[in-house]
Amino acid sequence: MNEYLLIESQDPLESGDVLDHYRLAAELVQAGNRVTLFLVQNGVFPARSSPASDALASTAWAGVTILADGFSLRERGIASRRLIDGVAEAPLDTVVDRLAAGHRVLWH
Amino acid sequence: MATKKTLTFAIMDGPYETARSTTALRLIDIAARRGYDIKVFAYEGAVGLSFAKQAAHANAVHGRSVEEENHPLPRRWVAAVMEEAKRNGGSVEWVNCGLCADERGAQEAIEGVRRGSPGDFWKFVQASDNTLVIPTR
Repeated sequence: MNEYLLIESQDPLESGDVLDHYRLAAELVQAGNRVTLFLVQNGVFPARSSPASDALASTAWAGVTILADGFSLRERGIASRRLIDGVAEAPLDTVVDRLAAGHRVLWH
Repeated sequence: MATKKTLTFAIMDGPYETARSTTALRLIDIAARRGYDIKVFAYEGAVGLSFAKQAAHANAVHGRSVEEENHPLPRRWVAAVMEEAKRNGGSVEWVNCGLCADERGAQEAIEGVRRGSPGDFWKFVQASDNTLVIPTR
């Protein structure tokens, strides 16, 4: 089993391949890996409850741990209480922690 | 105290135009505060981040002087993370891709940044505990 950190910086409404990235995360879990999807910059937009957050919710349901950069949330006026189930706020330090721990990291 | 790590970051976005540059510097700063040894390979537009000739300017529309406008300069942030790493027992080795710098006329970088090539990136990766590539869009 490998540990993955997939960083998503884009909003699915601005780029069609964001959903592919979510799918990759879910498939890596299905393959027996432990996967964290870390949302940063505009990638945090679907973390607030809205019609655009369905795909993200499905990804959480598939067993992917989803974290959203607190700074990015605050920049965009998104309060933690508005995050959908399955998404938790986390500091960007998490990325450095996972890099230091040797996780396989991919930025989209 | 956390175990010291060596991390490499490859970045390609220039200053001012994308949040990726800001996030990259935030990550490097976090690693610097931990005293890690950090290696940065800056190519394409990212060679502009450390360009020595970045200059602040006034804002005539808003009637602000240079001092009042206090325009941010990424070269100062690059210098700051280098200083932060050193203060915490770590280091930042920042290399600009030479050909990318030539193409952009941005050969003059701040002190502590050197010219290099993709071969340096390969050496950085070999010497690091992990590598993060932040691609442009």
